Amino acid sequence: MTAVADALEMERVESHLHPEGSFDVDDHEVPTGREEIWRFTPLKRLRGLHRDAPLDGSGVGAEYDAPEGVVVERVEAGSPVLGSSGFVPNDRIAARVWHEAGERYAVTIPADTEVERPVVITLTGTDTEHATATHVVITAGVHSRVTVVLRFVGSATLADNVEVVVGDGAEVTVVSIDDWADDAVHVGHRHAMVGRDARFKHVDVTFGGDVVRHDTTAEYAGPGGEVEMLGLYFADAGQHFEHRLFVDHTAPKTKSHVLYKGALQGDRAHTVWIGNVLIRKAAEGIETYEENRNLVLTDGCQADSVPNLEIETGEIKGAGHASATARFDDEQLFYLRSRGISDDEARRLVLHGFFEDLIRRIAVPEIEDGLRKTVEAELAKNLIEADVVVEEAV
Amino acid sequence: MTVLDIKDLHVSVKTDDETSGEKEILRGVTLTIRSGETHAIMGPNGSGKSTLAYSIAGHPKYKITSGSVTLDGQDVLTMTVDQRARAGLFLAMQYPVEVPGVSVANFLRTAKTAIDGEAPKLRTWVKDVNTALDQLNLDPSFAQRSVNEGFSGGEKKRHEIAQLELLNPRVAVLDETDSGLDIDALKIVAEGVNRFRRQEDKGVLLITHYTRILRYIEPDFVHVFVAGRIADEGGPELAEQLEAEGYDKYVKAAAAAAVG
Repeated sequence: MTAVADALEMERVESHLHPEGSFDVDDHEVPTGREEIWRFTPLKRLRGLHRDAPLDGSGVGAEYDAPEGVVVERVEAGSPVLGSSGFVPNDRIAARVWHEAGERYAVTIPADTEVERPVVITLTGTDTEHATATHVVITAGVHSRVTVVLRFVGSATLADNVEVVVGDGAEVTVVSIDDWADDAVHVGHRHAMVGRDARFKHVDVTFGGDVVRHDTTAEYAGPGGEVEMLGLYFADAGQHFEHRLFVDHTAPKTKSHVLYKGALQGDRAHTVWIGNVLIRKAAEGIETYEENRNLVLTDGCQADSVPNLEIETGEIKGAGHASATARFDDEQLFYLRSRGISDDEARRLVLHGFFEDLIRRIAVPEIEDGLRKTVEAELAKNLIEADVVVEEAV
Repeated sequence: MTVLDIKDLHVSVKTDDETSGEKEILRGVTLTIRSGETHAIMGPNGSGKSTLAYSIAGHPKYKITSGSVTLDGQDVLTMTVDQRARAGLFLAMQYPVEVPGVSVANFLRTAKTAIDGEAPKLRTWVKDVNTALDQLNLDPSFAQRSVNEGFSGGEKKRHEIAQLELLNPRVAVLDETDSGLDIDALKIVAEGVNRFRRQEDKGVLLITHYTRILRYIEPDFVHVFVAGRIADEGGPELAEQLEAEGYDKYVKAAAAAAVG
């Protein structure tokens, strides 16, 4: 009996963390906001993406800078490259994009190719009124090495699916930077299939947009794969940033390490981090650790942080998680200020330090300085606003 | 000539006790530190020694209920924490705080810039930092580590003294800088303090539980601190007496006074 149950278990796990997906839009009911996967999201601000708003807009222009050896091409619906990562839409928006995407691209890095310079794809939004949908598949051949940067700027209502196929022994970094204007809405789904002994790093940076919701999922095609998911976000007044992660340990001796760090400031700044990890029966000898840290800079913000771990085998090397949401540490500020450093400067230093270990781990020199500057610019907004308030009080 | 003047200082700390809410720790402390002088404050645990140090530095946990602290006539108590440091006060802490992700180099440069009001000249500054670290037996790679993160107890204290030498205040308050140090580290730290006080116009307030450090940093004045007050004062010979006799008689006298 047990053996039969185990055998079935190997094939399929009814994970409460991650409902079974479907390509059929009708299999995904229009969310009401009461569903577990939607309960944090302000549906009213999604401009109908979750219902039936047409996705045929052309308000997002794509430009790419691809080094030699990298092929970027348009593909048609039905192309076998679509879905080649094992991606199955897990909610209505992903399923809609699957069928209705106006633009579909394949980015291909041939086997054994090491690309020194990052592939940079910039998506520039010019229109929030007509929703746009895109689908990108990044395929990195066996033993290839590449960094792909997806930059989102401007104003848009965008739903996109990004698939990543990491070939055996390949090393792939995907950096997604949401640097939208304040009126953008972006619902993204990212799924990676990580090959045997391959390494996949996903970096999700969120600074701009009214509502940004990213579902980032990964699974393993063979043993020995490693996934690192890093996130950096800075939510200002009124912004809703939601990151939903799911690492599905489908193969033995695989690793996953998740670290998301965020800062929040201003009235109704809201961040959500859901970190789900499933360790299947077959996934013996794996290691996983997930961590979310939030720094709340002002009153009126909300940071939701929910780590989840489902373990189906006892044979694991390590599994853990941590979540912490805190304000500036008074003792840290006192220490810095006791050395003559002003209150503003002390806060700037602490915030800089908060993100610094994360930025170092991103290890993409082309974007590091930009990230540091953006973090400081974000903080400066808050300090300027605080100064104004003080002046008014006087 | 610098004078740190503490007059009849009363300090309370917030407590979780709902009825009173505050507990008085310092009950009238009067102490004058002139440049060129080293004062040692000795006393048993809980006597308020550290409270005095943190109150001078302006820690928000402590509430000054009466009395005054002035530095060359300027009211210290109305200054913010960072203004006090820029006015020339320095506190070497017993438990220096970790600041993850901020390198020692960045921290020192930022502090020096704040104290001086202008950025230090790069070439001489790098040399000064390396010299300060080297004199305290800290490797140059120390500058790249995050402030106090993962430092051993000895490294934390040596880092405090490196800051003392680089920021070069007018009056240094050293809060149990000797605690947790082995004898070699204690000597290194004491040498740093002695280099500092050999300069013109420097005052030192050395807070300690033990007489050991006073063998390496000889004080001009010794104050015995008991129950939030100075119970006795004298020259270096008082430290020797405390070494032999301990604090017992002062503690008993204070207890008797409290009952009476």
